[in-house]
Amino acid sequence: MLLEARGLKAGYGQTQVLHGLDFDVAEGGVTALLGANGAGKTTTLRAICGMCRVEGAVSFRGQALPGRATEDIVRLGIAHVPDGRGTFMELSVEENFRLGAYIRRDREVAADFDRLCGWFPRLKQRWKQQAGTLSGGEQQMLAIARALLLRPKLLLLDEPSFGLAPLIVQEIFDIMRRVRDESGVGILLVEQNANLALELADLAYLLETGRIVAHGRAAEIRQDEAIRRSYLGY
Amino acid sequence: MNGLAHQIVAGIATGGIYAAVALAIVMIYQATHHVNFAQGEMATLSTFIAWSMINAGMPYWVAFFATVAVSFAIGVAIERLLMRPVQNAPELTHVGVFIGLLLIIGNATGWIFGYTTKSFPSPFHSDKPLAGGLISAHELGSTVVTLAVLLLVWAFFRFTRLGLAMRAAAYNPRSARLVGIRVGWMLALGWGLAAAIGAVAGMMVAPIVFLDPTMMLGILLYAFAGALLGGIDNPMGAVIGGFVVGVLENLAGAYVVGTELKLTVALAIIIGVLVVRPSGLFGRVVYSRV
Repeated sequence: MLLEARGLKAGYGQTQVLHGLDFDVAEGGVTALLGANGAGKTTTLRAICGMCRVEGAVSFRGQALPGRATEDIVRLGIAHVPDGRGTFMELSVEENFRLGAYIRRDREVAADFDRLCGWFPRLKQRWKQQAGTLSGGEQQMLAIARALLLRPKLLLLDEPSFGLAPLIVQEIFDIMRRVRDESGVGILLVEQNANLALELADLAYLLETGRIVAHGRAAEIRQDEAIRRSYLGY
Repeated sequence: MNGLAHQIVAGIATGGIYAAVALAIVMIYQATHHVNFAQGEMATLSTFIAWSMINAGMPYWVAFFATVAVSFAIGVAIERLLMRPVQNAPELTHVGVFIGLLLIIGNATGWIFGYTTKSFPSPFHSDKPLAGGLISAHELGSTVVTLAVLLLVWAFFRFTRLGLAMRAAAYNPRSARLVGIRVGWMLALGWGLAAAIGAVAGMMVAPIVFLDPTMMLGILLYAFAGALLGGIDNPMGAVIGGFVVGVLENLAGAYVVGTELKLTVALAIIIGVLVVRPSGLFGRVVYSRV
């Protein structure tokens, strides 16, 4: 397993948000975390990255994550596209790219710039522009590009479809399919749009108020009438 | 007419010093949203370190660069040892720490080096008057040095990987951590750079104002006025503000209020900016919804 969480509890200050989660992300696989607002999806991603109070076990390629600083977890090969995207609004698209590759010392950074510009031609057009002036969709693309430039083993995506027009969402999910198929990166995907997420994922977990209430292969969850009606709302 | 030109040129020379100190203030402000009141005292201490090196027989420029290096180390050490433990503390704690730092460094400087005013050498000399006596050798030299420092700092932030990482850490620490930047160390580097810039400013101004433990007090006020005028969150603005304040101060001193009231000009600028345009001429207006 790429990532294994066992009895993961997390919270902020006195507030406990996650009450013991068990979940996996396979090497090169896509795991979807589904659930309503406030279920603890975002907190799960933050807990992996050491951005909140964490108890329990999380291991990434055999290494325990809790207790490590965020920047050290990132350096192990975990890229996080947080809610609010985590791009640098004041800096140009180019500078965001350079920051994405900040920890890399290899000589293939320039080649990766070209590859990602091929995937996101709009970013190439906005190369010298300040990231804050990009449209919402372009910013989400920039956030994903920035994360992929780390050459991660695991990509954490927090609601990549949030606030975007359906066409743009489609475009972003096409890219994510490409990431899954071409780069071998494992993805942990948090989504409100369960239909889209289940299409992309191979494993799915359903969260409700900090607990996992159902899990299984994404294809099975999709076909489970009861789960769909009571949790996914379609 | 020549008199006016001379006042402007002299204003630009001192303005360069204010611009450097203003830049030091802004660098720390951008990263931490706190104004380092001790910036002037740190620069004074650095100048005393240079003074003792030169007195011990070291060539001027060796002492100059050694002082810049030592000041950088002191800046880093202050951040790591004193500021880091209180980084999440409330605003008032920071004000307390900064005032404590100001008093401790100021008094330690006096205790070690004494309170008598000392002369500090200028490395710039000229046998004949420059530009028909319009500018002194030291004014010209110190303007060149401060401009070179400002240019270097700008190039560092604009073109280097580390400079970009420091900007990223200042703008958005959370995102910076997510690309693997060690934000704590970027902050310490910022303190080091600010201390080094302050040291240069101190060494350039000391031949004019003479060296004593309170040397930078007035200069810090002018620099702060410059930083506020240009916009406390905008390094380029602060530098321009520093030059503007230098020229204004000199002109006002020569033609309007006289030398005794010169410092009042700085205070008037600070209050004027805060009342009319709190974000400064080039600053970003931040709206917050409640």
